[in-house]
Amino acid sequence: MAKTPVVFVLNGSERAAFAAPGQNLLELLRRGVGDLSPKYGCGQGTCGACTVAIDGETHLACLTLAESVAGRRVDTAAGLASGGQLHPLQDAFMQTFAAQCGYCTPGMLISAKALLDRNPTPTREDVVEAISGNICRCTGYEPIIEAILVAARGRERA
Amino acid sequence: MIEFRKEFFADERDDNLNEIGKPTRRQDILGHVTGRSPFFDDHLFDGLLHIRCVRSPHHHARIRRIDTAEAQAMPGVVRVLTGRDVPRNLNTLLSLLDFGIDDEPLLADSKVAYKGEPVAAIIAETEAQARAAVTKVRVDWEVRPHVLDVEEAIRPGAPVVCEVYKTNKFIYHGKYDHQKMRYGDVEAAFARADHIVEGRYQMSPIEQAPIETCGAIAAPETNDRYVCYTSTQALFFSLGTAAKVLTTPSNRFHFIGGTVGGGFGGKVDSVHEPIAILGAMLTGRPCKFAWDREEEMQVGAPRGAERWYIKDGVARDGRILARKFTGYFDSGAYTRLSSYAIIKSVGHLPGPYTIPNVHADVYCVYTNRTPATAMRGFGITGVDFAIEAHMDKVAEAVAMNPIDLRILNAYRDGDMKAHRREAKNCALIECCQVVADKAGIALQAASRAASSLRDGGGERGRLPAHTALDQHGVVTGIDTGGYARKTGAQGRPARHIEMPGYTMPTAASAGRAPAQSPARPGAASTAASPSTATEPPRPAPADGGNRRQGAMRFSAISGLRRR
Repeated sequence: MAKTPVVFVLNGSERAAFAAPGQNLLELLRRGVGDLSPKYGCGQGTCGACTVAIDGETHLACLTLAESVAGRRVDTAAGLASGGQLHPLQDAFMQTFAAQCGYCTPGMLISAKALLDRNPTPTREDVVEAISGNICRCTGYEPIIEAILVAARGRERA
Repeated sequence: MIEFRKEFFADERDDNLNEIGKPTRRQDILGHVTGRSPFFDDHLFDGLLHIRCVRSPHHHARIRRIDTAEAQAMPGVVRVLTGRDVPRNLNTLLSLLDFGIDDEPLLADSKVAYKGEPVAAIIAETEAQARAAVTKVRVDWEVRPHVLDVEEAIRPGAPVVCEVYKTNKFIYHGKYDHQKMRYGDVEAAFARADHIVEGRYQMSPIEQAPIETCGAIAAPETNDRYVCYTSTQALFFSLGTAAKVLTTPSNRFHFIGGTVGGGFGGKVDSVHEPIAILGAMLTGRPCKFAWDREEEMQVGAPRGAERWYIKDGVARDGRILARKFTGYFDSGAYTRLSSYAIIKSVGHLPGPYTIPNVHADVYCVYTNRTPATAMRGFGITGVDFAIEAHMDKVAEAVAMNPIDLRILNAYRDGDMKAHRREAKNCALIECCQVVADKAGIALQAASRAASSLRDGGGERGRLPAHTALDQHGVVTGIDTGGYARKTGAQGRPARHIEMPGYTMPTAASAGRAPAQSPARPGAASTAASPSTATEPPRPAPADGGNRRQGAMRFSAISGLRRR
């Protein structure tokens, strides 16, 4: 079956890959262009481990057709740090011990970044709502919420 | 967020902790926050093949024939594996510790014993092609009656789930169909109790549900070895298991793990690595075998369900005089780790309470359910649920606050535990007091004044003068071929298990008081003597039976001995 060429911007750089019919964005990112930061957890849109931002909005890569990102901007946790500097959210996650196994972390970070981008001063409730689609099984929600609030406060000061 | 209560037991420790209570940085957290931590699936291989299993739609069925011809001809299919391709297609996880009989095939070839049991594996160019070919494998099933309930499974005439354990019960030491604890005389204590409180407790199997599903990728290396990236929690279990079932020296395997996307016990069963490596061996290409979420939920081994019957004899003032347990662990179709979980469980009875008479019979039962395995505190958590639910029921029976009841019965330093060890460093009373404070529950003055450091030992620290014993639990005619081998390589005679207070039930010893074996003092007190119940009070073992002599080893409680 014919594959479709997909050209898109991944973490600021133009990338191209061939998408098989029906292929999802998660597979295209991981196997097609080698960005391994989004994770497979369920393939059903329930766990949030594959969360990526498309044109600034969070999407579940496992439920997104690969072809649909043609010409769009995709951001993943692999692109959060820039110029050797960690993103304030990454610093905060490290500081507050907000990752145990680390498997849900890339998705959590993308959901958190999308929140802070649209609401720089979130309440605790806003944070809980923002990560409600991301499951953590190592029972780490409290430190994760704390990390996002710490990052928001740090930004406020900056 | 961590609260230190340093006022408790302040004189029992130096308060000069260097690390505890201070933040530290995980060594792996930079990888986690940058998305670079290398989980097993984060390794890219050119020409990676994908493995999907053909699974049983039946709880219990004989396999008459497996026809893979149509599947083999499907687009993208490179190879179809069946049990015949597995060099040694029978294993039990704990055989690496010489514990238990090989009971489980990697790919079932003659029968299936649970719904979802794998009978073939498709290796294909893409996952989609592997899935498509799975539906084309034809299996001629002879469906058999199944049993899903632990107590039904051990009734006479129940379907035999696992061929090596015909009674549907795991056999310990080649002789015992359950784990046993006897301490004091529960029946005598029931007779003088004011209340008898009985309960039945049933827990469900629980899926560990890590976000990363279980899986492995194996690939040929250039030095005649195979590299295997795996999600395992137990790298050397997986390495040893792969070496055993593939009959290949383990130095030809290069296992890389340690980055685990959540495990909680569900990633110790070592079923992915041997299949992925076998695929790589037979195709010469990298092979990935990973479960999807549906498989993780359906065939991923859960925390096994347990059923507990508890009967307490209780005095009017709330003191528990006797506690009797009958427990059934649902091991599912194969052993995996359930037999070991029960050893842990029985060593934990009767919970953190000083009860002078305790009796327990606990069975590892096979049913046509998904095999059970490890999960956070397995063997303890399930029975603790039963014990603590039962404590509330006892509290109701004697009209006491449940926290007061727990404090009244809690271990205090110096008390004798039912498994004949002295209670040390107890803190249940203090925990209960803090919980009551936080919950705003008023305690009785005596509970408020109680301390783990006071009122223990003395009479409470002594072994019971008399322990009622029975002859149940000895079965004959089963040879595990392993740690409890009846005739060894040199044709040794039946082995006498060295346990204090235990004598082999021979004609010569029948009716005599049990001999005191000095071999492993205090090490295996869950075993009961087969002598009759009316014997005179048994003297304490020479060492008092309650002093720790060296580290407690798994081998000591399992009956494992170096051969």
